[in-house]
Amino acid sequence: MAGVVRHRLFWPVVSLLALVVVNAAARPGFVRVTVRDGHLYGALVDILRQSAPLMMVALGMTLVIATRGIDLSVGAVMAVSGAVALTLIDRSADPGAVGTVLVAIAAGVGIGVVLGMWNGFLVTVLRVQPIVATLVLMLAGRGVALLVTGGFITTVTSPPLKFVASGYVFGLPFALWLSATAVAVVAVVQRRTALGLLTEAVGINPEASRLAGVRSRGIVFTAYVASGGLAGLAGILYSSNIMAADANAAGEFIELYAIVAVVLGRTSLLGGKFSIAGTAVGVLVIQTLQSTVLFLGVPSAQSPVFFAFVVAVVVLVQSPQLHRRLGRLSRRHRGPAPATAQQPARDMEVSA
Amino acid sequence: MTVIEAPAPAGRAGTVNRLLDRHASALPSAAAVVILLLLLAGAQAYFGNFVTPRVLSALLLDNAYLVILAVGMTMVILTGGIDLSVGSVLAFTGILGARMLAGGTSPLLVVAVMVLGGAAIGLMIGVLVQYFDVQPFIASLAGLFLARGLAFVVSLQSVKVTSPGILWLQSTRFQAGDWYVTPTGLLALAVLLIGAFTLAYTRFGRTVYAIGGDEQSARLMGLDVARTRVLVYVVSGVCSGLGGLVLTAYSGAGYPRNGIGTELDVIAAVVIGGTLLSGGVGYVLGSLVGVLVYGTIKTIISFKGAEQSWTQITIGMLLLVFIVVQQVIVVRSARRR
Repeated sequence: MAGVVRHRLFWPVVSLLALVVVNAAARPGFVRVTVRDGHLYGALVDILRQSAPLMMVALGMTLVIATRGIDLSVGAVMAVSGAVALTLIDRSADPGAVGTVLVAIAAGVGIGVVLGMWNGFLVTVLRVQPIVATLVLMLAGRGVALLVTGGFITTVTSPPLKFVASGYVFGLPFALWLSATAVAVVAVVQRRTALGLLTEAVGINPEASRLAGVRSRGIVFTAYVASGGLAGLAGILYSSNIMAADANAAGEFIELYAIVAVVLGRTSLLGGKFSIAGTAVGVLVIQTLQSTVLFLGVPSAQSPVFFAFVVAVVVLVQSPQLHRRLGRLSRRHRGPAPATAQQPARDMEVSA
Repeated sequence: MTVIEAPAPAGRAGTVNRLLDRHASALPSAAAVVILLLLLAGAQAYFGNFVTPRVLSALLLDNAYLVILAVGMTMVILTGGIDLSVGSVLAFTGILGARMLAGGTSPLLVVAVMVLGGAAIGLMIGVLVQYFDVQPFIASLAGLFLARGLAFVVSLQSVKVTSPGILWLQSTRFQAGDWYVTPTGLLALAVLLIGAFTLAYTRFGRTVYAIGGDEQSARLMGLDVARTRVLVYVVSGVCSGLGGLVLTAYSGAGYPRNGIGTELDVIAAVVIGGTLLSGGVGYVLGSLVGVLVYGTIKTIISFKGAEQSWTQITIGMLLLVFIVVQQVIVVRSARRR
């Protein structure tokens, strides 16, 4: 039992379950799942479906953060990917054809990969701090997306594209299958090969892992490419959901929510040990909270207040300083704090 | 950086190197000045009517709130931190002020509440950073969410400001020939000068540089790291509150969606102005130049009648050039040590 409590995913899972229970108590319809035409419907299914773009972005973010980096550009990459894909469909002779949509999706994901390579190049070759390197694209990316769409919101009518976000396969939303596949692929590649171990090694101590013969450059580069590609896919999902490319609203604040999801999943922003399952739980917590806030009748624009408290509580709970203080308080012993106690915090600031 | 220099090797070579190092820390700011002059000269050559008192006066007027935000941001970045909350705090204090004015509160009280509101959010971020070891990025992210949400709690729509006291800040023009300056511009310049003076000549300012240079050494020297670190976030919050005041006066309304992405513009301006994001190196006056570069690019693009999205792209590219240049400088001075 103590082992269960001490598991690193214990608190994230408990908070998710608590949210679900509170919701179920407040509105019994929350946990009801109905079957219509062989498709599952219900609030829980909706949460899973809507969480798909954030799930993609947060997965990439987890890998980047594990290497001591951060990717602020994901929202902008989503905007570019959506703009490119929908402009292709809009300009094509037959917007409704499956082939057109497949090409457009490939182009969107491809541009995401290219932008990820750009970030990776800045971080690994030019050795720019990740926060600044990705800030460049975060600023310029939306401008590029606006240029692609000509400053307008491109809308298309294309049943195959609509299927990506709203379609059903085997009774479950296609978007859910996509995000589940992404989680599975990333988890298998990272955990069933040595890649995950090497990523953590690079994140825990870049210098030591370099001396041990780990090709850190390639691993960090790959993390940014994965993040870019996943953000590209998320951009497609977003555009497919609203059937439009909105360069300003696509992925707005998503980098922040993704970082919160990663932190909720107990991956340290200091890099190193990461948890794919934790991130998945973190994303679901955020999406459930979002749905709860909406249910409470709070305008969605005001929901950031709730997230501010969630972030504050989570970082406080994880703060070693708080633990030390509480420990000291309970032991009623006031010793001088060791001078090195601040050291990790400083490293963080420089890299964060 | 200059405060806690490692003992340099003796002899003439050491002196020269140290001078070069000192020089290197001001190099990015000097480069920003050159870029600004090139931009102005190029625009003048292209448009013929760009460098006029009217346009240059408008440059300060249009970017007064950015100048104020940049002063606070420079201090935070100098300590090696970052403050993502400024854009949201700007919106929150702006809409709060507009709402209170609409309710008939006296302008002086409103200004005090706006400044204190900004300071309170800054204090929260500072305490999280200093006493709970939360990374500045995350702590100020919480501040961003909080302030943005609160802005929408205050009002979902924009609130018009009719108070003559606040509008006076914007509409009054002190003229000298074709040059003019508004009270908002004067406020921005005052904040700038106070910031520059504080950083250069006060104990607080030198401690800010010391923390950014090497926190461990700063603490061992007996400097009050904890108080200073909390205070820079409070200062940044106060600047955001003042920025909210200026923007409210400028636009004649409070709007809860104001300032989305402004934190990035401010960070970009500060970095272009020569402040290193790793902390310890930079100048408030450099940040002014950074803001002016940003404003000039914006003005050029609107002169040209091109899409404003080009502003974002140009700023992004300029930011890239600057961080690469800074990178070269950092690597060079690190190698020399």
